Amino acid sequence: MALLDLPLKRKLAKQEQPEDALTGTPVSRFSRHLILCLVGLVMLYPLLWLVSSSMKPSNDIFRQLGLWPENWDFSNYAQGWTALDQPFHVYLINSMIVVIFSIIGNIFSCALAAYAFARMEFTGRKLFFALMLGTLMLPGHVLLVPQYIIFSQLGWLDTYLPLIVPNFMATNAFFIFLMVQFMKSLPKELDDAAQIDGCGPFRTFIRVILPLCVPAMATTAIFTFISTWNEFFGPLLYIQNQDLYTVPLALRAFMDSEGQSMWGPMFAMSVVSIAPIIGFFIAGQKYLINGIATTGLK
Amino acid sequence: MSVLTKQPPGAAPAAAAAGGKPRIRPSRRKKQRSGYLFLLPWFLGMLFTVIPFFASLYLAFTDYNLFTEPNFVGLANFQAMFEDPRLLQSLKVTFIYTFVSVPISLAVALLVALVLNRGLQGLSIYRSVYYLPSLLGGSVAIVMLWRYIFGNDGIVNGFLGLFGIQGPAWVTDPQFSLSTLIVLNVWTFGSPMVIFLAGLRQVPGMYYEAASIDGASRWRQFRSITLPLISPIIFFNLIMQLIGSFQTFTQGYVMSGGTGGPADSTLFYNLYLYQKGFTEFEMGYASAMAWLLLMIIAIFTAINFIASKFWVFYDN
Repeated sequence: MALLDLPLKRKLAKQEQPEDALTGTPVSRFSRHLILCLVGLVMLYPLLWLVSSSMKPSNDIFRQLGLWPENWDFSNYAQGWTALDQPFHVYLINSMIVVIFSIIGNIFSCALAAYAFARMEFTGRKLFFALMLGTLMLPGHVLLVPQYIIFSQLGWLDTYLPLIVPNFMATNAFFIFLMVQFMKSLPKELDDAAQIDGCGPFRTFIRVILPLCVPAMATTAIFTFISTWNEFFGPLLYIQNQDLYTVPLALRAFMDSEGQSMWGPMFAMSVVSIAPIIGFFIAGQKYLINGIATTGLK
Repeated sequence: MSVLTKQPPGAAPAAAAAGGKPRIRPSRRKKQRSGYLFLLPWFLGMLFTVIPFFASLYLAFTDYNLFTEPNFVGLANFQAMFEDPRLLQSLKVTFIYTFVSVPISLAVALLVALVLNRGLQGLSIYRSVYYLPSLLGGSVAIVMLWRYIFGNDGIVNGFLGLFGIQGPAWVTDPQFSLSTLIVLNVWTFGSPMVIFLAGLRQVPGMYYEAASIDGASRWRQFRSITLPLISPIIFFNLIMQLIGSFQTFTQGYVMSGGTGGPADSTLFYNLYLYQKGFTEFEMGYASAMAWLLLMIIAIFTAINFIASKFWVFYDN
């Protein structure tokens, strides 16, 4: 129940932390840190190993458990970049195209819908809101076959449209919900003031609400980035043409053509493929963590 | 979903006022219209959800194969499903995966959140480190990496070798292949952990003070204060993790190169659905499978909601 009120209450709750928070003997505090560090190391080890392996000659990869390469070899990157039909930046650009349009679509369509749900009064609002939350739980595969048929009838196979267009139709209920929560936390007086000054609903939305919703939009953008960048199933279904492959499909192509000599290049391109996610994560941590705390988004 | 739908008092539309419909003033009518205008993209999206939803229900009762007109075949698809050993296998794989990895990852998430919540220095660093894997767990790169980590001479067996243990062939032995993916799922405990942390922050500190004055032990405080107060969040995490885990696809596909092997041991339900619908083009059958999954998820969610009456505690 409490999940909703989080962003507002957080500051308050911080001060209400149990007083004994920093107590405990120095020894117990130290051992707690030690355990947490060890767990963290175990969790990061696969990633660190991936990065280090990408800089080892392929023959060394499975001979060394350690992280520090004995023989540095950056040729994996050059080799991996050109190993597939197209140089790897083509796939990166393809993924970027899908990601950018998905972000734009999600932000605009979800913000519009969220404003209606959070601030406007119209018949059926509650019903629609419940329907929207219902779609949160709907497994996507139920819609899969008919949607595939529609897209193929439209001649959209082997284009990015099936991956992009649904995002312009506010089909991602999570983001609507996130923005509704955010907008509800804004004082209603703002809308009233704008209205008295003669703003219609649309101008109120653009001039008053949207600028205040930047944090929620940032969260949406980052989550859309990460999920679209990782998205494997959609591209697998709709993209056959190798020139149009997104990064995950390109990586799969690596796997299909695997051979011992390809490990190094494959790991190198794996690093390239997850680097943007880690970059966005570091840059946008604040929004991400607030975002999942508010909605339970993964 | 009550976790999500709580609205602040007074947010209910005035239209719910006692008696018949309130008279709509011109300004309100205008407001009504602009409300629908704002929802226009969403309405389109709903059309694009609702129509396929019912279309797939219809297709579930046909022999549609993408190339010829669908023929109505009654319950034949559902009948065939229960005699299809691969389907039963895919259900088994998905169930084992879900019922092993979801409880483990939730328990780990809660445990770590409890430790982190004790006001450690560097909380945000730990939180980030633990959270990062959950952003990567579904990516092709990481599942591929997993194949090599658990490979015959991967680092897991290399590590076991340090202790003189000869590790099994994790990926190619049907007995072990699914467990590598369970480990992968537990590795992504960070996202429920962050939700737990946020919930723990809301437990008022004075409850603990009062309890410790009364002489309650740490364990007793956890049992009697923390657990009841965050039970809605446990419930929420449980539902979302279950739904997500039933729909696992990428992990099985990449781990097995799309086959679900070895010996169908990583044949997740959605992977089999994909094979049926999009490599064998038995789209009627695939639709029926999708509906079976929908029903399974609905049943589990319903069971959870009913059971939650007995263990989830709502403050108000």
